[in-house]
Amino acid sequence: MLTQSRLNPQLDAEGKLQHLLSTEGLPLPVITQILDTAESFLEVSDRDVKKVPLLRGKSVFNLFFENSTRTRTTFEIAAKRLSADVINLDVSRSSTAKGETLLDTIDNLCSMHADMFVVRHATSGAPFLIAEHLKRIGRDDIHVVNAGDGRHAHPTQGLLDMYTIRHYKKDFSNLTVAIVGDILHSRVARSDLHALRTLGCGEIRAIAPKTLLPGYLENLGVKVFHDMNEGLKDCDVVIMLRLQNERMNGALLPSAGEYFKRYGLTPEKLALAKPDAIVMHPGPMNRGVEIDSSVADGPQAVILNQVTFGIAVRMAVMGILAGN
Amino acid sequence: MNISIKNGRLIDPKNGIDARQDLFIADGRIAAVGQAPAGFVPEREIDAAGYVVCPGLIDLSARLPSLEAELACAAANGITTVVCPPDTRPVLDEPSLVERLIQRAEALGLARVLPLGALTKGLQGQTLASMAGLASAGCVAFSQASQPVTDLQSLYRAMQYAATYDFAVWLRPQDYQLAKDGVAHDGEMAARLGLAGIPVAAETVAIATLIELAKSTGVRLHLMRLSSAAGVAMVREAKARGVAVSCDVAAHHLHLAEEDIGYFNAQARFDPPLRSVADRAALRFGLAEGVIQAVCSDHTPMEADGKQVPFGEAEVGARGLELLLPLVLAWAREDGLSLGTALARVTSDAAAVIGRSDLGHLAVGAVADVCVFDAETEWTITPDAFTSVGRNSPLAGRTMSGRIQAVVAGGRLL
Repeated sequence: MLTQSRLNPQLDAEGKLQHLLSTEGLPLPVITQILDTAESFLEVSDRDVKKVPLLRGKSVFNLFFENSTRTRTTFEIAAKRLSADVINLDVSRSSTAKGETLLDTIDNLCSMHADMFVVRHATSGAPFLIAEHLKRIGRDDIHVVNAGDGRHAHPTQGLLDMYTIRHYKKDFSNLTVAIVGDILHSRVARSDLHALRTLGCGEIRAIAPKTLLPGYLENLGVKVFHDMNEGLKDCDVVIMLRLQNERMNGALLPSAGEYFKRYGLTPEKLALAKPDAIVMHPGPMNRGVEIDSSVADGPQAVILNQVTFGIAVRMAVMGILAGN
Repeated sequence: MNISIKNGRLIDPKNGIDARQDLFIADGRIAAVGQAPAGFVPEREIDAAGYVVCPGLIDLSARLPSLEAELACAAANGITTVVCPPDTRPVLDEPSLVERLIQRAEALGLARVLPLGALTKGLQGQTLASMAGLASAGCVAFSQASQPVTDLQSLYRAMQYAATYDFAVWLRPQDYQLAKDGVAHDGEMAARLGLAGIPVAAETVAIATLIELAKSTGVRLHLMRLSSAAGVAMVREAKARGVAVSCDVAAHHLHLAEEDIGYFNAQARFDPPLRSVADRAALRFGLAEGVIQAVCSDHTPMEADGKQVPFGEAEVGARGLELLLPLVLAWAREDGLSLGTALARVTSDAAAVIGRSDLGHLAVGAVADVCVFDAETEWTITPDAFTSVGRNSPLAGRTMSGRIQAVVAGGRLL
């Protein structure tokens, strides 16, 4: 009885990537293509001249309706290494503050001959609305990359996490991956879950108190744990999530201290995972809240490598979109 | 005007009629069924061969921002009585406003408007509105529309006061705190899409509270727009215990579920939210068995920009007047119910909720509100063809049946 097409709006009629909006519904060949392409871009960043001409003459607009320095910067670096012109618009402080609607802003930017929008927005689904609008006004030559929408998705982060896991662990099928922390509010967690499923991950676990878990995770193929000691047992990959300051002392959690005791990743807890388990974090970290410094800086942490891989993955996404 | 409607399939649920019979109207009332009264000379004759003839539909909830356009739309779609919630601008909390609304509607001569008065002034949930005055002005019951009464003592007093005069109180069963910030059913879709959820408990907690308050105050309670299986079960149980409670469901909730949000389709944002497929099945079953008495359109027209924003920022609701009859017919067809049972929920049973025994049926002496429609011919919903304000519908492209052929409202052929 569905009224709206269930066709994934990020794929064109031939199943090619037109926008990157979510890892959900992203076919395995597309994910593999992105990860393989990222691998080939990784060496570009090691060159003296860190540039390839793939996006020369193209304009990439960074539309950040929600503040973010780090993600915006990585997109900017990625676009510049592809030789694109990058225009940063801090929309959170300009047009929307003047009362302009989201779609009015988009219409204006279309007139400035954009080729790609990298969008971050505080409301889940905003990049879908933009993609749908572009189609309606006949401007679906412009690609949309979701750089984080509300609690929904952060697909480039999800893909760079997959890149990282593949880099260290090769095959997904025998892996046990645990995601720990505020999954309810995390777009990173959702993007990881869908990508892990598509990549055939052996076992996906979520570890958190009930106040930080959405319902129906089992339906997404996730095993839910409330106890770190059980949940971390024999894991190959531990993905820690950032706990936002505003969630620490309130109705969801009594205190950062109690949270750290139960869910903070310490060397003792990490010892329950496999000896070669890797520790990931999308950043920025709250040391002493979700992760102990000795783990964050320890030999199992691959957190800074994630950042490096992130640029290659974002280059890959933009490169593939521009070619489709 | 004397009107005869001949050769149609007359369905009058209240009086148990589903047969080929003629209908005769005089002086705004039903004059006869079957045989013409002695000396009856029709000024207008409607040949209803191949069509269904039933009482004019009663819609228990429709917002009418542009009164003339929406009432014309209602009438054109077989709805001859519209209950209007009090969240108009200004709020229906003054008798003079109610009188003017009714007069304007009467002057238009389209569908009849039965307003719900505000339970509290400005729907603020604090000071009682002048219920007796509002009732004299024509309000059929009292409501908060979608606004909560946050202070339960105030609600308790309001119910006591209403019960003093045997006024009915119509409330939306949704705990405003549990629903706070929520934009979609707290189910699998919301989990996947990262939308803040409205748990079923927001409905069940409210139903439990309202039923207890209704029991202890003795007020007649009508619950507007159930959304969950658990909610239906609670009402079923309360009725079995003899509590004076009735309830309705919005037509869209019989046909849509959370999955229709698809990829953030803002057209599928409703209050209450579209819940699971199992909830939808329970609503359909509850409606069929009569635990839920009525289907309303919950008509909420809006300009396009109300939906041209991300899902969580979109306005709630859809246009419904055009679709009330088609959606009821589709429910009946899909669930194998008789037309009589289905039509009862938008005619006689709805009339019983508002306490009007002269409406919603076709016995001699009843108000002559009649709807003649073609139940067979199929058509496709195209919001661009909607004639009034707003094109908001999540059902664009669906195939429906039920085409209005003629409408008689208060004895006038429209």
